[in-house]
Parts: sequence; structure tokens; C-alpha cells
Amino acid sequence: MSLPLLTLVALPFAGSLIAALLPANARNAESTLAGAIAVFCTLQAALYYPEMAAGGVLRQEIIWLPSLGLNLVLRLDGFAWMFSMLVLGIGSLVVLYARYYMSPADPVPRFFSFLLAFMGSMSGVVLSGNLVQLVLFWELTSLFSFLLIGYWHHRQDARRGARMALTVTGAGGLCLLAGVLVLGHIVGSFDLDVVLAAGDRVRAHPLYLPALVLVLLGALTKSAQFPFHFWLPHAMAAPTPVSAYLHSATMVKAGVFLLARLWPVLAGSDEWFWIVSGSGLATLLIGGFMAIFQSDMKGLLAYSTISHLGLITTLLGLNSPLAAVAAVFHIINHATFKASLFMAVGIIDHETGTRDIRRLSGLWRHLPVTATLACVAAAAMAGVPLLNGFISKEMFFTEAVFVNAAPWFDVLLPAAAVLAGVFGVAYSLRFTVEVFFGPDTSGSLPRQPHEPPHWMRVPVELLVVACLVVGMLPQWAMQDILSTAAAPVVGSTLPAFDLALWHGFNLPLAMSLLALAGGLLLYRLLRGPQQRGRFRRTPLLGALSGRRIFQHLLAGLTMNSRRAVRLLGTRRLQPQLLLLVLVAVVAAAAPLWLASAGAGVGAGERERLPFSPMFSLLWGVGVSAAVACAWLAKFHRLSALALLSVTGLATVITFAWFSAPDLALTQLSVETVTVVLILLGLRWLPKRLPPLGAQALWTRARARRTRDLLLALMAGTGMATLAYALMTRDFPQSISHYFLERALPEGGGSNVVNVMLVDFRGLDTLGEITVLAAVALTVYALLRRFRPARESMGLPPQQLKVPADMATDLVHARTVADTASGYLLVPAVLVRLLLPMATVIAVYLFMRGHNQPGGGFVAGLVMSTAFILQYIVSGTLWVEAHLRLRPQRWIASGLLIASATGLGSLFFGYPLLTTHTAHLSLPLLGEIHIASALFYDIGVFTLVVGATLLILTALGHQSVRGHRRPARATVSAISKGAR
Amino acid sequence: MEAVLAIAIGVLTTCGVWLILRPRTFQVIIGLSLLGYGVNLFMFSMGRLALDKEPILAPGVPATLQHYTDPMPQALVLTAIVIGFAMTALFLVVLLAQRGFFGNDHVDGREDTE
Repeated sequence: MSLPLLTLVALPFAGSLIAALLPANARNAESTLAGAIAVFCTLQAALYYPEMAAGGVLRQEIIWLPSLGLNLVLRLDGFAWMFSMLVLGIGSLVVLYARYYMSPADPVPRFFSFLLAFMGSMSGVVLSGNLVQLVLFWELTSLFSFLLIGYWHHRQDARRGARMALTVTGAGGLCLLAGVLVLGHIVGSFDLDVVLAAGDRVRAHPLYLPALVLVLLGALTKSAQFPFHFWLPHAMAAPTPVSAYLHSATMVKAGVFLLARLWPVLAGSDEWFWIVSGSGLATLLIGGFMAIFQSDMKGLLAYSTISHLGLITTLLGLNSPLAAVAAVFHIINHATFKASLFMAVGIIDHETGTRDIRRLSGLWRHLPVTATLACVAAAAMAGVPLLNGFISKEMFFTEAVFVNAAPWFDVLLPAAAVLAGVFGVAYSLRFTVEVFFGPDTSGSLPRQPHEPPHWMRVPVELLVVACLVVGMLPQWAMQDILSTAAAPVVGSTLPAFDLALWHGFNLPLAMSLLALAGGLLLYRLLRGPQQRGRFRRTPLLGALSGRRIFQHLLAGLTMNSRRAVRLLGTRRLQPQLLLLVLVAVVAAAAPLWLASAGAGVGAGERERLPFSPMFSLLWGVGVSAAVACAWLAKFHRLSALALLSVTGLATVITFAWFSAPDLALTQLSVETVTVVLILLGLRWLPKRLPPLGAQALWTRARARRTRDLLLALMAGTGMATLAYALMTRDFPQSISHYFLERALPEGGGSNVVNVMLVDFRGLDTLGEITVLAAVALTVYALLRRFRPARESMGLPPQQLKVPADMATDLVHARTVADTASGYLLVPAVLVRLLLPMATVIAVYLFMRGHNQPGGGFVAGLVMSTAFILQYIVSGTLWVEAHLRLRPQRWIASGLLIASATGLGSLFFGYPLLTTHTAHLSLPLLGEIHIASALFYDIGVFTLVVGATLLILTALGHQSVRGHRRPARATVSAISKGAR
Repeated sequence: MEAVLAIAIGVLTTCGVWLILRPRTFQVIIGLSLLGYGVNLFMFSMGRLALDKEPILAPGVPATLQHYTDPMPQALVLTAIVIGFAMTALFLVVLLAQRGFFGNDHVDGREDTE
């Protein structure tokens, strides 16, 4: 075997990707691709047969997370081999069939892409050698089956069916995951080989029952077993090739695959027996009974599928090795005849335009070959001798007779088996006789029926031939294959079984004959009433609709979640912030509260700095300004802003006072820019005047404010206490000495803070300037579409209130540019003079930044403040007529320079952002010390200038844009009035 | 001195928290700035207060924490100041866009019904 097992899983997924990229009308190319992949994989799998027949187990691992025991493990044994042959072989036939079934109008790439991906997931389930990995592929099959069922997503029934299938099987998958985790916990490994060998330990473990129930929830939902069987009929909204694939060989079989796979581990207990065979038996009978009353051919097949899956589940639940062999055998047989039947229905639907049994009749005349094939397959489904269905059904009867659990069950099971056989015969008769025989009604059908293209029928023919061969020569065809496939399921020793057609006259044969006769009788009895239109709904069980219960459950769930969201969540900001602050205060206070009495937050022993009246005065002013600012922020925004900057200046002086010159410089320049920024924004806020009856506050508003004030006081007191307690204590240890010691030798600068920013913590700074750039661009983008509120579009009252006799252009303004020309002339000249001076200061601050207070940030902010001053005094239009600033380019080049400098060190084999220093002797300037951090700082500088300018000018432009038209209107009105 | 700064931090925090719990966007933006001062001063004070010990290495003075103040909180606060500016700018513009969109300056985009 040269090719690794991985190709069986990876190739379909790769094909899925390719198919998705092909053009929509390349139906042939896509089906050829899908077919080639499916056939190739089938052949590859078939070549493993000799090794599997010898009882070998193929195991291939791809190491992924060995420390967690998570590796990609592919494992092939006889049972997995049989299943992958089914998945890939029937997959190949379905692809061929779909080529002719799908209409050229359908988006075919999507179809084949999903189908291949589904095939890959299914192979993944089958070949997984690790339980968690198996669950992963299991969920993938749920997802892709959702996409396949909902392929015709313009149809409501397809969407609903797909959603229901996904909800049920996906939820089951989650249970399965939980079950597998419990199982892994019991065994101590997720490896399938280890788990399979630990059956006795698992069954004896106290957690066995939870693990069993969870795993069974996964398997039974997937295999549409009672009480989860309701999703499968709704999945019939899928295109027929999908149904033929999903509901014969793959999707629903994954459930029974899992039951069989874990049979050696989980089976053998009473719990297993009662849950699995109970659910299976109920499904077998309910499915068979409901199938009789379906009038949609696909619906009939859907319920029949449910019933047959129930049969397989029952067999697996009987805890008998021979029954497990029969289950494996029936998995194969059911896949062959059910796939062919689905395809036959697809042909009839395709050629006549309907699948309604009540409308179809006498199709034999028009579709003789298809009709023959369908009749043979249906006979196999009914369990007629000489066909494969008969043999596995016979095995089931044998097992039913010899079961030994409880006296009542020993009688019930054979009776139920015969009854299920009766139902099977009845619905098979209805399926064939009604549709193919009887009077010819082809004239009233949507399309005149005729045989399909030959190649569309080939898959059906192949499958029916398989039914016949297995049915007539079972020992020759299946004995070895079945032994190979069943051996891993039952564990070590395979029980002796005989696939002969003829076992002599015995009880099972009598039961078979009884079922055939009973089915014939039941069909005859029901035929008349059914043709007269009775039984619109299934009698007895029709009222009990799983779908309705499911929808009620979902609706209840949705309603309760909404209620919970309404109850527990809010979209209002204030309660959210309140909670946030409250939680923060509580979280900070709790450890202090809980700590022992000695570890309070009182004053520490650290030596205090001498008291300074000046500093107290400073903060006397600062604190008053802060309180006043908080008080005035609602109705007096401009005053509040001015007071805010007073507090800001107190902060600046504090930084300078306590040995932080860099912070003081940065805070000062940021302060300036922030004030300008908020001033620009003030223009667009609505007028807010104190209400006249300010005393008549609402009681609730008053209560709210008291609550907020209390919380704010708590937060403030907490911060003050914490700050004081920390400031008065020495810190036990710090990493700061590292920076102090290395700044000069390794960073090449004596300003430690600056060296930290551009060197030690350079990556942090890179992130920071990136944020700044992103914010600037976001501001720009947001403001491009900004439309100011109507009432703030007019000229501000200050400008309108210029006395008429004052000779400024404001009075006779023609355009908005005029507002700025003709007044503030002296400041304008001074400010223009300021620009070169500010540039010199910025360069100075920048150059000395590495060794003295300064640096890229401060320099950038000083530079942009100088530009902004031009805007403020001379007006936007004047500045932009004289200077082309292009802040976006500043931002881009800044980011580029900074990243390039950082990446540059990689070229020399150093980690990102390593500083390199060089000493140059230049004429005139003498010895110059250049660190590569300088270039990094140039990047920071450029970016800061660009970002600040972009933010402020974007806001400034709003005034130009915003009141352009109203300004003209009001201005012309005024000038008319003046004249 | 420590006590003065601690009280200042407390008052700034109180005013900031009070303002961010108010319903008007402008109050919230001013509140965030005040809270920012408080938090920045708090972070800065974690390096403990020192007079005339700038973290700027002078020749002949050993590079230890006895002779220089802690540079690390300063570097952190420097970053915080710039990020705070960016946040104020972004919030201001969101505030303006919201004002244009909903026609009022309530933090939730609609006035309380009461």
C-alpha cells in the first residue's frame, strides 16, 4: 500500500475546494472531477482488502499535539474498510447519477463541492482512530448534510428540513462529544485501540451509565431512532441524489456505525440492551407503520429507512455476537437496495414531474427497465427470498426467536419482528404495485414519462445486480467480506454463521412466510380505503407529530432566551457602566475586606516627602476645577472644557514636580491638542439650557443621582486610600533597575523613559502608533459621511451677532472662507511666524529625545499644534490653499519607517526592534551618535503628526462642509437686511 | 505630599465616575478625561514619589533606583496618555455621528421616557 490512508479523507476535501472554484456551468467538468475522486478513493480502499481479510489493522498517525494526546490518527480495520467501501462506492454511483439528475439551471459547483466535502467527512468518521477526532468529523457530516439538504435554499421546506436535521443531529453530536470525553476519562485515552481493549473496565465503571446515555444520544439522533426519528422525513426536501446518499449509506448510517464501532466497549450490559433494542424496536414498528400511509414516494422510503435503521439498532442492542453480525450484514444490504430505490424514485420524479403515489399509475408501460429494477429492489426491501434483504431479515428472525431477556420480551420480540415484516411487505407492495401497475394515467402527469438517459440508470442497475447476487449466492459473495467486516465489531472471536439460502423448515422461515402473507393481506385490506382517499394522516400515530413537539420546544427555547436576555441584559449604557464600576469597586475591596485585620490599607512606613504648600495649592486649584467641571459639564460645556484643562495642567505640573519631565511634556502637548479637538466638536452638540423649574427634580432622577454619587465617592475613596497606602510603602522588588542599568550600554541613550519606549518596549510603541493611525483613519472615515443635525447647521450666533457697522467681511461674507479673512490679521501674521519656530522646537525636542526629555511623540504633537494654529487663525481654506499637508501620507510613511526600522534588525540576525548604534564624525557637527532607534522615532514622529492632523482637520472640515449652504442663505439675508 | 496627591487622585476619580454615569455624551467624554487623569496619576504614583531624581542618566551617578526614580510607570503612563488621546478623539467622533444620526446627545441615542 503506497498511498497513505489520509488520501481517502483529504482527497474529497481537496476536490471539494476545486469544485467550488469551477464555473457554474461546468457540469461535466465538476461531475468528472467528483467521479474521478470518488472512484479513485474506492479503488484505493478496495486494494486494502487482502490485508483486511487477514485480520490486519492499519494505523497511521500524524503528530499534532502529542502533549495533549491529540494526534490525527487514521485507523482501518475490517469494519471501517467495509464502511468506507460503502461510503466511497455508493458515493461514486451517486455522483454519476447526479450528473444526469441535476438540472443545468442548478448551481452545480456548490452541489458537488458539498457532496465531496460530505464524503470526506464521512470517510473521516469511518477512519478515525481517535474518538475526539471522530466527533469532529461527525459534526462535519452534520454541517455538510445541512448544506446538502438545504441545497435548494429558495424552498422553505428545504430550509426547514435542513435546519431541523442540523439542530437534532448537531445537538446529538454535542452529547456525543460529552459522552466521548467521559469515555476518555474512564479509559484514560481517546485512542480507539485503547478504548476498544478496555470494554470490561468501562462497563464496571460508575460513570458507565452517563457515558452510555450521552453516546447513545449522539448515535440515536444521527440514525433517526425513536424518539428522534422525525427529522429524517423532512430531510427529503434535498435533491434525490443527496437523499440516496445520505439516507442509504452515509449520514444515518453513521449512527449505527458508531453503535457497532463501540459495541465491544459499551454493549453487553442490561442498560445497553434495554435502551438500544427498545429504541430500535419502537423505531422499527413506528417507521414501518407510518411508511404504509405515505403518499410521497420519497416519504415512504424515508419512513422505510427509519424502520430498517430500527432493525439494525435492535440487532445491535440484543447483546448477541451473531445479532451484531446480522446487523453488519443488514447495513450493507440496506445500503444497496435503499440507494437504488431512492435513485429509481429520482428517475420517476425526473421523468414524470411528480412523486405522488396517488397520481402515478401504470408506469410499467413507459419505464419498463426502471420499473423492473425498482420492483426487484423493493422486493429486497420487503425481504422476498432470493434477494439480499431476505437473508438479513431471516437472520433477524432467528435472533428474535432465540433472544433470552425477560419472559414477556421473548414473546414480544418475535411478534414485533413478524409485524415489522408485515409492514415492510405492505409498503413495498404499495410502492411498486400502485406506481407501476394499474391503469395508465400518464396523460394527466406534468410530463410525458419515458426512460431516462442510459447512464442515469447505470447506478441503479449495478446496485440491483448486487442485490440479486448477494441474494442468490450469499456464501460465495458475502461470507468472507462479512467475516472481515464483522470480526472487529464482535471483538475477538467471530461466531460461526452460515449465509445459506436454505436452512430447512424452521421457525424463522415460517415467520418469513407469515410476514409475506400478512403483508399481502394488509395491503389488500388498506388498498380500497387508501384509493378512496381515507388515511390522509397516518391513523393512530398521525396526531403524535415529532415535528410539532420539536417546533414547540424550539419556540419555547427562543422565547425563554429572549426573556432571559431582557431580564439579564440591557442595551442602555448607564446601567452597564454602573455595573462595571460597581464590580470593579467590589473586586478591589473584597480582598482587603477578606484579609486578616492586620493587613489593612493604612499608612505605611516609607519616608514621606516634605509637605509643600505650593503643591497643596496647586491641587487645591486642580481639585476645585475638577469638581466644578463635573458640575458644569451638562449645561456649560465651554466652561467645563476650560476647567478640564486646568485640571490637566495641574497634572502636567505634578508630573514635572515628581521627576517625570517626559510625562509632563507629553501631557502638556496632548492637553493642547485635546482641548482643540473637543472645541471643534462642541460646535455640533445640541443646545442645552438649564430647565426653568430646576428645583422640581423627579424623585427618581434624584434617587439615581444620589446612587451614582455614592458609587463615585466609593470609587474615589477607594482609589485615594489605595494610592496613599501604596505610596507610603516601599515596593519589595522591581524590574526597573534592569532598564536603568541597560539604557546607556544597550539602548544607547541616557533618557531611560525614551529608551524604553523606542527600544525595550518598542513593540508596544509600534502597537500604540498603529492604534493611533487606525483611530485617525476611522475618524476620517466616520466623518466623511457625517451629516450634522439640522439645528446646528446655521452660522453660530457669535458670528451672526457681529454689529452691522463693524467693518469686517463677516458682515458681507460671500463664502465661508471670508469668515476667516479680514479679521484677526495681527494674530494671523504672528502665527505664521510661529510655524518655523515651532518646527525648530519640534526638531530640537526630537533630536535630544534619546538623551534628554523629548522624543518623537512630543515633537510630533508640537509640530501638529503649530499646523493647527494656522488652521484656527487663518481658516481651513486659506491654510489648505497654501500648504498641502496630506496627513494620510504622513501616517503611511510613519508606519512604514517604524516597521522597516524594526524589521531591519531581523536582517542582521537580531530580534525585532533591536537597536544598533553608530558613531559618526561629521564635518562641522563633529562627533555624532546615531542609534537606529532614531529612525524608529522618526517614524513615530511622522505618524503622530499625520494622525493628529488628520483627526483635527477632518473635524475642522465639517464646519466648511456643514454650514456651507445655510451660511450663504443667512448671510445673504443679513446683507439684504443691512442694505 | 503623598496625602495631597492621594486626595487629588480620589477627587479626580470621583468626578470622572460621576460623569461617566451621566446620560449626556459630552458629560461622559469629559468624565473619561478626568478619570484618565486620575488613573494616570495613580499609575505614575506606583513608582513612588521622588523629587529631582529624573530617570535621565547623569555621568558619574550609579544607575540604581536610589539615585533615579522608577522609569517603568512613566513609560507605561506615556503610552496611556497617547492612547487616551486617541480614545477621546474616536469617542468624540462617534458622539458627533450619533448626534447626527439620532438627533440627540443621549448616550443611548434616545431620551428617557420619564
